[in-house]
Amino acid sequence: MIIHGISNKKYGKLLKRRVLKDKAAHLSMLLLTGISVSLLVIMGIGLYLKSQTILDSHSAWTLLTSSEWKPLKGEFGFLPFIAGTLAITLLSIIIALPISLLTGIFITENAKPWVKRFVFPALDILAGIPSVVYGVWGTLIIVPWIADVVGPHFVEYTSGYTVLAGGIVMSVMIIPLLVSLFVEIFSTVPNDYRDAAASLGATKWQISQKIILRKALPGIIAAVVLAISRALGETIAVLMVCGNLPETPHSLFDSCYPLPALIANNYGEMLSLPLYESALMFAAFILFFVILFFNAGSRIILQQVEKQYKM
Amino acid sequence: MSTAPFILNNAFRSLYSAAGLGKIAETEESAATELMQVHKKSKNIEIHKLNVNINGNHILKDINLTIPDKKITCIIGPSGCGKTTLLKSINRLIDTSAGVHIDGTVLIDGEDIYDRNTEITHLRKKMGLLSQRPTPLPMSIYDNVAFGCKIHGIRKRKELNVIVEQYLTATGLWDEVKDRLNSPAAALSIGQQQRLCLARGLAVEPQFILGDESTSALDPISSKRIEDLFVNLRENYGIILVTHTLRQALRIADHVIFMYLGEAIEQGPADEFFKNPKHDLTKQYLSGVFS
Amino acid sequence: MKLKFIQEKIFNVLMLLSTFIVLAFLGSILLTIVRHGLPAMNWDMLTKLPGGGFYIGKEGGVLNAIVGSLYIVGASTIIGLLVSIPIVFYINVYLEKRSIAGYFTRLSFDVLYGIPSIVYGAFAFAIMIYFGLRTSLLGGIIVITLLIIPIFVRSMDEVASQLPKDLLDSTYSLGATRLETINVVIHQIAPGIATATLLSVGRAIGDAAGVMFTAGFTDSIPTSLSQPAATLPLSIFFQLSSPTPEVVNRAYASALLLTIIILILSLSGRFIMHKFSKNKI
Repeated sequence: MIIHGISNKKYGKLLKRRVLKDKAAHLSMLLLTGISVSLLVIMGIGLYLKSQTILDSHSAWTLLTSSEWKPLKGEFGFLPFIAGTLAITLLSIIIALPISLLTGIFITENAKPWVKRFVFPALDILAGIPSVVYGVWGTLIIVPWIADVVGPHFVEYTSGYTVLAGGIVMSVMIIPLLVSLFVEIFSTVPNDYRDAAASLGATKWQISQKIILRKALPGIIAAVVLAISRALGETIAVLMVCGNLPETPHSLFDSCYPLPALIANNYGEMLSLPLYESALMFAAFILFFVILFFNAGSRIILQQVEKQYKM
Repeated sequence: MSTAPFILNNAFRSLYSAAGLGKIAETEESAATELMQVHKKSKNIEIHKLNVNINGNHILKDINLTIPDKKITCIIGPSGCGKTTLLKSINRLIDTSAGVHIDGTVLIDGEDIYDRNTEITHLRKKMGLLSQRPTPLPMSIYDNVAFGCKIHGIRKRKELNVIVEQYLTATGLWDEVKDRLNSPAAALSIGQQQRLCLARGLAVEPQFILGDESTSALDPISSKRIEDLFVNLRENYGIILVTHTLRQALRIADHVIFMYLGEAIEQGPADEFFKNPKHDLTKQYLSGVFS
Repeated sequence: MKLKFIQEKIFNVLMLLSTFIVLAFLGSILLTIVRHGLPAMNWDMLTKLPGGGFYIGKEGGVLNAIVGSLYIVGASTIIGLLVSIPIVFYINVYLEKRSIAGYFTRLSFDVLYGIPSIVYGAFAFAIMIYFGLRTSLLGGIIVITLLIIPIFVRSMDEVASQLPKDLLDSTYSLGATRLETINVVIHQIAPGIATATLLSVGRAIGDAAGVMFTAGFTDSIPTSLSQPAATLPLSIFFQLSSPTPEVVNRAYASALLLTIIILILSLSGRFIMHKFSKNKI
């Protein structure tokens, strides 16, 4: 077969070379992808191995449920940190969820197009603001507000560096994520449903509440789970406003000490005591494991939801 | 009729000489003769007992066909009967779909393309494709036409210039775009884009041109231009068209294949086919009982 | 009967309120940073290295952090692109549409995307200790690269998986091998690559937890890969913990600087997306 004056022989040679290049590319890209994916596994294994030292001398159960955190004495009770992490995460979801849902519905169902042009960039910017800037805002605005304005109504004294502060700051950080996911999910609900309900005399809100929310429920749950995994791992902003006190918080106005903050604050100590280093690695492993679980689970649910709608 | 390839090759040679590529003109001489000889031997496509399963659905059932070279063959039938699948089986584009299972033989140039040793890229070069929606590559007009040639080893600017001009002229685009060869192909109108895709496909010197409802997305005027191009091109290329309208087949077909629910019901030269359809289903389809 | 209308009105107000709250938060954050940062912002901040005693009030600026961040983010972005584009190409062109390998690969990258930078940092720290490496520019680059590869892959894959099948079919029918379609694919997903880059850069430049134990911190500009490097977020963090109010104010100025950089990145990302989607094929 000739083309434009290229002889059969030359064409054949070139063809062989091209096919070879294709096969080589295939292989190298496969390897590259494989290595990248295995990073996940390597991370998990690595962190687990590093935790072995402390798991050898303390049972996992004790580590997870004891409240005594005296590393220099060899006591590593992670409960205060786990409690702190849970408290802030839970609080942030409680604050962020209603706001995000309502905003999401507003943007998808009610707002005029120009509002979207306004709000989407705003969400982008909020999502892009780095952790440390949130922390600065938290210490300048939220913490004093809690200490001076909110706190006195409830407790005698609070420094402001509290679970509440962490919860509020965290909630603002996850709102952009939730709203953008919600808008995406709500937009995939087919208009037929809205039309059908409207022709039965439902008001806009009733449609949103009974049809959209119900239909989008699996997607909403998946989005919340995603936001939770984001909240669990957030380090710097929370570190700056939570008080860093290794005690289980009993009220919103107590200080707390979430896991990421524990790791971040004490990395310097890691080099001095191998047991301490192992304990912090264990903390990282807990985070890794929980987030792996939550993320994989929510992605799978989200995909099922998408499949349902694309039927 | 057979002087057309001769003229084409002479034009080729003169363009090359004019571009100052004397040496290449010499080899073009032998190339041209070879080309003429290749074109003299008509090579039909033979399909024997072709069965295609996709994800468990038996899409093509026991297809036995001969598709003549240097003629326009139209594949007609109601939607969903497997026309596009048949087309894609001929250039093995069907391979890119998931869950595909193929049985049977398709002979092109006397070789079974489903043989294990067939080099797919080489096969595909023999079959130019014109999709339903124009698919200009995301690059300039010039680069679009030159793309295939570059892949097959033609890199010199001078040669490419000649090729680009030749095939843009062949599809009637040259005058319209000669001043903006480096502007993005996406800026062209749909009719122009489809002609560009045709020029691009012709530039790799295929043997057959496959058209998958290539005019259905175009306005009537562009549509007619493409049809006229097909009629001219059949002198040098075998043309296989999946047509969505009976009228197109009536206008330009030399050979017709009627498909229904995955089976090739009837085939034959256009005159006979339209005047004396043998099969009941064919008669019904032609008279518009279903479409 | 009337209840549903009252309900409608109440929720309309609530929805407006929610949206307003979100915007108000943004406003509050930006205003606070500007209000506290602007007064302390001056040319010195941007162009000088921290002098001795910078953290207790003496002269200097944050040039160390600006350059350090630039080095780390720049190198990571380049390496990230070089790694992610082949991966995305592989997933979308070499693998079949619904392959199991593709599913698991995408899932893995989704999970990697969700893992917080502190875990990446801790892991990288463990590796560095194992190999006897000290905190360095290289360490920071490695961590940030690992951090942003999932971001690259995820955003580019979103665009690449929507490649029109016809386009690839047409390229194949010109006799192209799969590798040879890379030209077409990259041109087609170019806007996706641009947004992914901006997203990744934004994330990389603002991250503190990952670089904390890996890049270390220093008051000078690193001249080799094995020297520690300063980063803007950490610089802000350290300045904040100073007892001297001047230093704290400088921290706000640095925070303002970082925010401005992010704002520029974010808005230009939007702008590019907007511009490209008009010219889409």
